[in-house]
Amino acid sequence: MASTTAHAHDSHDGHDHHGPGPWTRIFTTTNHKDIGSMYLWFSLVMFFVGGGMALLIRAELFQPGLQVVQPEVFNSLTTVHALVMIFGAVMPAFVGFANWLIPLQIGAADMAFPRMNNWSFWLMIPATVLLMASFFVPGGAAASGWTLYPPLVTQGGIGVDMTILAIHILGASSIMGSINIITTILNMRAPGMTLMRMPMFVWTWLITAYLIIAVMPVLAGCITMLLTDRHFGTSFFNAAGGGDPTMFMHIFWFFGHPEVYILILPAFGIMSQIIPAFSRKPLFGYASMVYATASIAILSFIVWGHHMFTVGMPAAGQLFFMYATMLIAVPTGVKIFNWIATMWRGSISFETPMLFAIGFLCMFTLGGFSGLVLSIVPVDITLHNTYYVVAHFHYVLFPGAIWALMAGVYFWLPKWTGRMYSESLGKWHFWLSAISFNITFFPQHFLGLAGMPRHIPDYALQFAEWNAISTVGAFILGFSQLLFVYNVWSCIRSGEKAKERQWESADSLEWTHLPTPVPYHSFETPPDLRGAKAAH
Amino acid sequence: MMSMKPLKAVGSKWWAAMLIGVAGLIAPTLALASYDVNIPPPASPISAQIYGLHMYILYVCLAIFVIVFSLMFYSIFKFRKSKGAKPDVNFHESTLIEIIWTAIPFLILIAMAVPATKTVLDMKDTSSPDMTVKVTAYQWGWRYDYAAEGIGFYSNLSTPWSQIGMPGEKATEEKGKDYLLEVDNPMVVPVNKRVRLLVTSNDVIHGWYVPQLGVNQYGIPGFIKDVWFKADRVGTFKGQCSQICGKLHGYMPITVIVKSEEDYAKWVEEAGKKWSNKAGAVAAAPAGEPEPEGPLALADLKARGEKVYATNCVACHQANGKGMPPAFPALSGSKIVTGPVDAQINILLNGKPGTAMASFARLSDLELAAVMTYTKNSWDNNVGKAVQASDVKAKRK
Repeated sequence: MASTTAHAHDSHDGHDHHGPGPWTRIFTTTNHKDIGSMYLWFSLVMFFVGGGMALLIRAELFQPGLQVVQPEVFNSLTTVHALVMIFGAVMPAFVGFANWLIPLQIGAADMAFPRMNNWSFWLMIPATVLLMASFFVPGGAAASGWTLYPPLVTQGGIGVDMTILAIHILGASSIMGSINIITTILNMRAPGMTLMRMPMFVWTWLITAYLIIAVMPVLAGCITMLLTDRHFGTSFFNAAGGGDPTMFMHIFWFFGHPEVYILILPAFGIMSQIIPAFSRKPLFGYASMVYATASIAILSFIVWGHHMFTVGMPAAGQLFFMYATMLIAVPTGVKIFNWIATMWRGSISFETPMLFAIGFLCMFTLGGFSGLVLSIVPVDITLHNTYYVVAHFHYVLFPGAIWALMAGVYFWLPKWTGRMYSESLGKWHFWLSAISFNITFFPQHFLGLAGMPRHIPDYALQFAEWNAISTVGAFILGFSQLLFVYNVWSCIRSGEKAKERQWESADSLEWTHLPTPVPYHSFETPPDLRGAKAAH
Repeated sequence: MMSMKPLKAVGSKWWAAMLIGVAGLIAPTLALASYDVNIPPPASPISAQIYGLHMYILYVCLAIFVIVFSLMFYSIFKFRKSKGAKPDVNFHESTLIEIIWTAIPFLILIAMAVPATKTVLDMKDTSSPDMTVKVTAYQWGWRYDYAAEGIGFYSNLSTPWSQIGMPGEKATEEKGKDYLLEVDNPMVVPVNKRVRLLVTSNDVIHGWYVPQLGVNQYGIPGFIKDVWFKADRVGTFKGQCSQICGKLHGYMPITVIVKSEEDYAKWVEEAGKKWSNKAGAVAAAPAGEPEPEGPLALADLKARGEKVYATNCVACHQANGKGMPPAFPALSGSKIVTGPVDAQINILLNGKPGTAMASFARLSDLELAAVMTYTKNSWDNNVGKAVQASDVKAKRK
């Protein structure tokens, strides 16, 4: 296996002091655990950068009138908040998990392409610098919403070009990461680790990686056309030159909707590991979970039009996209029911990862309901671009994607570091997040129903009460996340020693076949799983 | 199905408890329904259908919510390790259950799709309208053209900036009842008539959104999309731009006044005098005052220009003329403003491509002349010369 680890010169003990110095190691490492950790730390930083922007937005919306930022800065904040959270926080965090866990869970020594792995991490740094620096150039950052609709976006300054370039680089990084993940999963499984024995986390990432490879190039093409429209005299999206702004929306959302599932499918995978472990029972309906994930991924390609019900598409188009969108509720429902059935007749305990998992189940179900409401064309038309939509996607992304990530960190931290986090701090983190999240976002449903549009820095007086409440919730929510940082940090520095098998029912390979903490190099000889009991 | 037995055994008590609990949560919400926790009262047949659809789906979702959350919390309480629950590790597969919970949601979805489909078809049927209004969006306001009646006019936010304030500058005036929802010239339509809207845009994508009339339609530059409504009662209905369209997206409200047929006829007559667009006069006089003929004195023009500036320019270029460089350049000390008049007229009429500076050709010759006179003779600028309406007129193509 030395040929794939690219660390043949190292001793087998990863914590030796004869390897490269810390800086050289950071820049040159090809170890999946190092790179996984780097991805996770990076995404944590970006989570707070994006969160800071969210708090500025909420501060402006605390009261009617303009108090904190100019309207165009407000527009830039909403735009970059979304881009940072999607491309800087959630996606890299899941890639971090993929790096850490996929080789461990399939019994491989490392990722298939360790150097490309290093490269795909380091590409994100210049991309992020470009994106953040766009705030400080003439004209400011892109201020068109993260969907970058022309012709508005063509009015922007050089900040828009920097954003386009940043998205290009981040897209390249994601595509490389996905190629790595697919190759690793398909080629480097230990003997006996058949596809239908893989842990659900691996399955969801396999499907997600295909989604990324399918749609990131579409996004790249789309923003390249924007770039040539802006600078090279083309008219793809300019009606005066024979183009059509609506075409941008079609291409963008053909990427954009699968992207939503790129952000949530790995979260489903993490849930499918944690819920069985704390219910002390195998995952209910493993095969149907795999099929449901694949169905969601396939359906995600034919529902993009539901973001565009107000462009004035023909009735047949509206009906097709409505029916297709409603269909997604079926496999998603199957997943929810399977998780509940996993808990049914289990023996449940409520450590922090399980609390976040149950929180995920409850909140994601609510987000699913508002999604169902929005799938109905006539109702969507009255709620399109209102705060109802903002509430809906934060319900599926914050307690969906982000709580799954946090649950995953609490769950695997003992395995990764050999130390235990503080259970009581973790519980505080969960309850504060759960309560303040709902204070922040539940009232936004009411605002949307009452007709408050999104992307506005100032609003009519009838919206004042719910906005004030929402802002108070947002600040509690934001600052509660510092507990998470402190908990992770103190766990790594001085946490109690974790048990060899911290969660006795967790049964994927990293728990059953490797010591705690996981050594720097693992599975240099793949385990032989032929004939062993399936571990889901 | 062996596995489902415990549900039946302990189910009844739990069901009752959960139903009472959930009902307790819902009742106050419904009681609050008039205090902006729901879609505003519908005022057209379509918005009535939308309202009904939303309530129907909300109730279906609530029913599913009760079932799903009951099962989940039942599991959480019943199968706790701390209560000595032993896991039934063999209960992890059941094809029958999987089929049931795939099929039932599918049937529920069909029950939702049928009424929704009917409403979609009604909404898209823009045939045989009683009247047609063309709606043109621009950064940042609306224009309404009544083709048959020969009326065309602009509709802008009428809330003064002194109520809004700026970061670091408190609002000097108290916010009024219709803060950010009031316009200078509302759209007027007759009651109980099918009104077809032809929605388009002059610059970027906007959204004409009036929830009580059941309309939310993008205006897309270069394309015309049609949509319709029929107001079922006399009244005033408010809305806002629904698609982010730049700096003042939050400041382009919509007001539709629905009048009885007689009142509407009176309005058409009056509006026809003020805002006739029959002669292709795109630049009509504002707010009904007849424009004076001939050259005006500098002081008069400057006073008129200050008003134009406060409505159209102040948000970007600021009251002190310093702007917010580099996005919104200063006018105070600007070479273009203090230089030859042609360059300034050119920018006002054509905008500056690639920037947020839009064309203001929609303003009248006099308004443009007045605002240029104002900018040339305010702050640090002291040109000492007036710009006349005839100067602008000469430059219009």
